[in-house]
Amino acid sequence: MRNQSRVAFYLLLMPLVLWLGLLIIIPHIDMLLISLRERVSFGVYDRSLAQYEKALTEPLYLRTFARTAVMSVLATAITLLIAFPVAYYIAKMARGRLQQVLFLLCLIPFYVSELVRTFGWMILLRETGIVSNLLQWAGLADQPVEMLYTDATMMVGLVYTSMLFMVVPLVTTLESLDDSVIEAGYDLGGSGLSVLREIIIPHAMPGIVSGCIVVFMLSLGNYLTPTMLGGKDSLWFTEMIYNQFIVRSNWELGAAFGFMLLVLSSVIVWGMLRLTGRTLKETMG
Amino acid sequence: MTRTILLASTLLAGFAAHAQADTLRLLTWGGYAPDEVVTMFEEQTGHTVEVTKSNNEEMIAKLRATSGGGFDLAQPSQDRVMGPQMEFGIYKPIDVSKLNQDLFIPSMLKATMANTTVNGDVYGVPHVWGTSGLVMNTAEAGEVVKDYADLCDPAVAGKVSYRLKRPTLIGFAFSLGEDPFAAYGDEAKYKEIMEKVEAKLIECKANVKTYWGGGDELMNLVRSGEVTASMAWDTGGWKLNDDNADITFVAPASGALGWIDTFVLPAKGQADDVAYEWINFVMQPEVAAMITAAAGNFTASAGADEFAEEGLKAKYQASFPQEAIDNIKWYPPVPAGLESIEGEVLDRVQAAN
Repeated sequence: MRNQSRVAFYLLLMPLVLWLGLLIIIPHIDMLLISLRERVSFGVYDRSLAQYEKALTEPLYLRTFARTAVMSVLATAITLLIAFPVAYYIAKMARGRLQQVLFLLCLIPFYVSELVRTFGWMILLRETGIVSNLLQWAGLADQPVEMLYTDATMMVGLVYTSMLFMVVPLVTTLESLDDSVIEAGYDLGGSGLSVLREIIIPHAMPGIVSGCIVVFMLSLGNYLTPTMLGGKDSLWFTEMIYNQFIVRSNWELGAAFGFMLLVLSSVIVWGMLRLTGRTLKETMG
Repeated sequence: MTRTILLASTLLAGFAAHAQADTLRLLTWGGYAPDEVVTMFEEQTGHTVEVTKSNNEEMIAKLRATSGGGFDLAQPSQDRVMGPQMEFGIYKPIDVSKLNQDLFIPSMLKATMANTTVNGDVYGVPHVWGTSGLVMNTAEAGEVVKDYADLCDPAVAGKVSYRLKRPTLIGFAFSLGEDPFAAYGDEAKYKEIMEKVEAKLIECKANVKTYWGGGDELMNLVRSGEVTASMAWDTGGWKLNDDNADITFVAPASGALGWIDTFVLPAKGQADDVAYEWINFVMQPEVAAMITAAAGNFTASAGADEFAEEGLKAKYQASFPQEAIDNIKWYPPVPAGLESIEGEVLDRVQAAN
């Protein structure tokens, strides 16, 4: 009997082990080995740390690395600021049918692929695009306005892309907050601000943290939006990884970049958890 | 008469191979294997053709990832055959005797074979060729822009686009009076030229609207008038010419850059005979003309010009007077090591403010 349940346990575990092993662990080990070698001549490679040294000493790579991290954190913060009121309205103010409709509205943009969504922004914002023409028609601008290819546009794209992933966990946690607790807060003489600070935000914290982690990861690893909306000055770390692998055929440096990105995201997520005094177990469980 | 014999012999060869139907996995560029040509080939030979569209860098990256497996025939540019072969060994030698060499333009076949020879083995034969140069609105920018470096002229500020890739570096180097191809063998000299180009491109950055990535992106920019002068492929200019007569391809003063896309056999290809059949099939003048109509570029097929569309020929002749043809700079094979120099330059240009 006990043996049988053990076999069942291992059988059930198998898909997970295979998935992790074949698709995550083995490729990463291979990638790590690639990043630890240096090309000597045709088809001849040596073990060395040269790739990491290059990545950490070349100011350009470091700047792109830092820029990607800072912009992703910023995108996460903006997404949170916009998504919180939206989620609060859906969870607490809207009732019945309206609640479902609003939730569905958040979901609709994700019915189309990311590429199409990004193209949508390009059609709206380009110099001969809809917004530019509208401004001219309304007399607010006397010549075509170019709104593409700036950091601000890129930010709009990133926030738009990740909105849903912030709204969903927030709505879930806010819904579990009993209305009577908020009422009690007001009865005890709390102002709107102090109720928000003392009751709502602490309760929503698991949702905030898990939403932030997902959005941050999505922004950091985004390739399409920065490349298409960011234009000539956009340099995103994922773009550099793509360039090293595909355009330059320099897998060694590309693999090193990949590992730096992995470490960066782990460190920032860990920092975020530390800052909010939460453990990964609380957040995910 | 000779053509009928050629056609008949290919047909016969087709029937002979009919007994064994195979799949040809073709890794190529958009337009190089139009549906009608694929259907004709499949009907004549009984084989199936699976077409994957790609570009130079991705072709090499794909073949490198599998050590030359997954495809039976690929079409990188001729300058990308020797280097990757020496470095990664992703191709296998071509047996030229299995090809009907009369179908090729002799000078082009000879030059490509010489450029793709490694250790005495030939790895590539030519297919489609074309140039890159200036695609622009001649009415608005024709007075100012005569060469790549003129894209940095204040008169066209904010209305310029080019790619951030190696053809741009090479084009600007020529336009600055250097000869990068002559410096291919001399790494120090090449680095010096690239530094000069880097300074120019950084200075020029304020003029650029955006660096284009895909052909369609540039088409949109030029068609909408947001960009008036750009560095791009000849076919792009000729296509836009149909919509707006002012827009066309102009060969720059320092010379258009000429490329030849080849046929190569990936090292682990499993249908070499079908690959040879395909090459012999598409190099027939009538079929080559169909490819020219789809891709917009001319092929290395001897006598295909006769079947080419009149409009395209006229545009070609308008863009390329005889001295511009003589001035085309053909890409020699890229030696290993240069691309990492170029890569760093491109990264620095993109990051510069």
